[in-house]
Amino acid sequence: MTIADSQSSSPRLDSKVPGGPMDQRWSNHKFDLKLVNPSNRRKFDVIVVGTGLAGGSAAATLAEMGYNVKSFCIHDSPRRAHSIAAQGGINAAKNYKGDGDSVHRLFYDTVKGGDYRSRESNVHRLAEVSVDIIDQCVAQGVPFAREYGGLLDNRSFGGAQVSRTFYARGQTGQQLLLGAYGAMNRMIHAGRIDSYTKREMVDLVVVNGVARGIIVRNLVTGEYERHAAHAVLMCTGGYGNAFFLSTNAKNSNVTAAWRAHKRGAFFANPCYTQIHPTCIPRSGDYQSKLTLMSESLRNDGRVWVPEKEGDPRAPQDIPESERDYYLERKYPSFGNLVPRDVASRNAKTVCDEGRGVGPTGEAVYLDFGDAIRRDGKETIASRYGNLFEMYERITGDNPYEVPMRIFPAVHYTMGGLWVDYNLESTIPGLFVLGEANFSDHGANRLGASALMQGLADGYFVIPATIASHLAGRKLEAVSVNDDAFKEAEAKARERADLLLACNGNRSVDSLHRELGNTVWNYCGMERTAEGLQEGILKVRELRAEFWSNVKVNGDPNHVNQDLEKAGRVADFMEFAEVMFNDALVRDESCGGHFRAEHQTEEGEARRDDENYAHVSAWEFTEEQKLPTEHREQLTFEEVKLTTRSYK
Amino acid sequence: MIQKKNHGDLRIVLEVWRQNGPGAPGAFEEHEVMANEHMSFLELLDVLNEQLVESGQEPFVFEHDCREGICGSCSMTIDGKPHGPRDRTTACQLHMREYRNGDRVRVEPWRANAFPVVKDLMTDRSAFDRIQQAGGYVSINTGSAPDAHAMPVNKENADMAFDAAACIGCGACVAACPNASAMLFTSAKLSQYTLLPQGQPERDQRALGMVEQMDAEGFGNCTNHYECEAACPKGISVTNIARMNREYTRATLRRRN
Ligand SMILES: Cc1cc2nc3c(=O)[nH]c(=O)nc-3n(C[C@H](O)[C@H](O)[C@H](O)COP(=O)(O)OP(=O)(O)OC[C@H]3O[C@@H](n4cnc5c(N)ncnc54)[C@H](O)[C@@H]3O)c2cc1C
Ligand code: FES
Repeated sequence: MTIADSQSSSPRLDSKVPGGPMDQRWSNHKFDLKLVNPSNRRKFDVIVVGTGLAGGSAAATLAEMGYNVKSFCIHDSPRRAHSIAAQGGINAAKNYKGDGDSVHRLFYDTVKGGDYRSRESNVHRLAEVSVDIIDQCVAQGVPFAREYGGLLDNRSFGGAQVSRTFYARGQTGQQLLLGAYGAMNRMIHAGRIDSYTKREMVDLVVVNGVARGIIVRNLVTGEYERHAAHAVLMCTGGYGNAFFLSTNAKNSNVTAAWRAHKRGAFFANPCYTQIHPTCIPRSGDYQSKLTLMSESLRNDGRVWVPEKEGDPRAPQDIPESERDYYLERKYPSFGNLVPRDVASRNAKTVCDEGRGVGPTGEAVYLDFGDAIRRDGKETIASRYGNLFEMYERITGDNPYEVPMRIFPAVHYTMGGLWVDYNLESTIPGLFVLGEANFSDHGANRLGASALMQGLADGYFVIPATIASHLAGRKLEAVSVNDDAFKEAEAKARERADLLLACNGNRSVDSLHRELGNTVWNYCGMERTAEGLQEGILKVRELRAEFWSNVKVNGDPNHVNQDLEKAGRVADFMEFAEVMFNDALVRDESCGGHFRAEHQTEEGEARRDDENYAHVSAWEFTEEQKLPTEHREQLTFEEVKLTTRSYK
Repeated sequence: MIQKKNHGDLRIVLEVWRQNGPGAPGAFEEHEVMANEHMSFLELLDVLNEQLVESGQEPFVFEHDCREGICGSCSMTIDGKPHGPRDRTTACQLHMREYRNGDRVRVEPWRANAFPVVKDLMTDRSAFDRIQQAGGYVSINTGSAPDAHAMPVNKENADMAFDAAACIGCGACVAACPNASAMLFTSAKLSQYTLLPQGQPERDQRALGMVEQMDAEGFGNCTNHYECEAACPKGISVTNIARMNREYTRATLRRRN
């Protein structure tokens, strides 16, 4: 591994951030960008992989503008993308509540919340376009919550001190996605989008250094297809399922991003993962995923554990004086509403102290007793009824009567493919949107900001910045019969054949579960140099075990879910090592990356701005070889670097 | 020989539908799984599949993704009921505490001509997408929207629109209907827009487009059995069907004029 140790950015990472005053950068940049003449747009084909909020909004908007769009997703319908599951809400600096919100405040909160590891100019743009997103979605008929006067309702969310979160009961993701899907449907109906469902991108095709197409496997027929275009947009979501257990949908994967990485796209900050504090704890080793309980619950629920280690009493038998409301105690001004990383880490600490509750000892209480006494059961039911019902369905416990049990779980990945201000990766012509890129959340994402970013990227950023590529470069004609396409397809087939030929003794799931345990134990909520080094060895061993002992049955020329899973797990096995390396090299604590060696006396994360105020972007070199690190230095012009404090 | 894993003391005998493709013959296969009351129903199928794989047999194909009752992927009829015995609960949210030791449970795909079987429990539900492509949206280009507060919406209508918008597109309504009708689904989608001011300009063409596409897909007619509402995991109401019928009649009359 060679590490650039200078304080300046690697020449390979030109962020293309425009100059001038922060609040004019985006407008100036849009003005300076080349334009594609409306009548020329139909000459350009654009591939959009993914139909979540990022991909759905991008595909629809580009098609409306006149580009020929081909859209791809692994699901049977674009509407089923993982974005559908988002519950809590979407932020926007509308200041409809008149509580002092502004673009600048949302920008400031996001940079601070990200623990000063994001690019200021990107975040500012995100805050600017946030207001347009709400307008767009309302015009599409997205049924946001409203007040009796007919105007939109807002709530405060995830530690924000203003009410800027728009929501649609507990289904914000579904309603926003259905809006984008509707916009896509209109364009499909008009013949402007060709929609390819049940297609998995298994490779990126790069011709003369430019991304010009993809190889997909048809998940119903098993056929491989080649698709060419002038630009490729990857909107394929995050890599949280590297942990096996996460709140992500089961089909979420790193495959598309990893394939692009191996073709030359740098992977930025893979060690930044977000652990969400309020999830339902696991119940056994058959557990297939973890369920998030919206963090809005922390607005009224109080988090506690018994004072005493190993207290065997039922929660209702433990008197007030013997309960430790540890978040309220340690963070009097934010209390139960501290940011996610802080809440999660503290839960781990009390469980490590032996004060965890429930059969596994890996849970803390989230108690609504006081809220119900204060506001009445009905009010609490009107706020959280559907969440309580969901909890009851899964655990068999009634949260109106006994406190919920919660524990942190992997939820979101801030890292992703490196992109510049135009959202273009290190491969010209390959743009990356939504959770799949690394751009806006630094080392920790604030609640209700992922939906905002996905839609900002798709509805407002890419429609402007894609012209930098389409109008700015000479793009020769390519055909799917070119060698680059043939080579990529052959490689994809070969990988599938290898998986089928293994014929070992272990199911894909059992290997994935083991990988997940290793990643969770060594690269989870708390990391140490020693643990990471040990973890890397374990990952390597497991990868060898995978390739010698995996068992994949069934027909490759038909639906074969085991083969799909095997391909994805094989990629997670390679990806995990980069994640560990990134965590090892980042010898500081920041946001979701907590290195036990770097903490204050009170156990808070200690950043090292002098040496680590940069993005680490990893370049693939060779199979089985360590990747090369490149750095993008971050500069802070508007927001002063301070220690985050929620005390 | 199937190697069984022991995850608890709940012995469940599963009869699962095996079918290789749309036209192929299908049949139930019997398997035994040791379960635990905290398992979800899909985790039970995971355990079965893992047993099958490790014994060199093909796992059953079934669709799933979010496992939180919102994506609408999971689609299976359990003991004759779409999504199984528990009201307002998708198969992925059904837990094994609903069952007793020794229970025999039958799992099969949605049965409807418009949803052909792809493999085992997986069916092709793309007809739903095509119904929505025929008008289930508001035609507004990105960037041209007025301020969100320019158009207040009365809360009662907003709430009713929301109730309709809660549909997850799983297809249980079709599977439950003796005629395999898609009226509940289509009417829920249509109602969301009918109830909102944003939906008014395209009201007629939406109703005509969606209803005509629904018919073209080969779904059956509604003869008021209301099985759809009972099976819907999101509690979508049949009043939407009445609303769609009115909308369709209105649009047809106006088209004639
Ligand atoms: C339970 C839960 C609740 C959440 N709640 C909130 C919230 O309240 N507010 C908030 O802001 N954020 C929330 N988030 C985060 C947010 O939902 C996601 O970050 C966001 O939706 C990601 O959107 P996306 O468009 O980038 O990707 P996704 O929605 O993940 O979409 C990925 C798309 O790519 C496709 N795809 C993936 N791999 C391939 C491949 N290899 N080939 C072809 N296609 C592929 C998929 O089919 C899919 O269409 C939540 C997340 C979870 C898990
Ligand atoms: S798997 Fe998503 S609704 Fe059941």
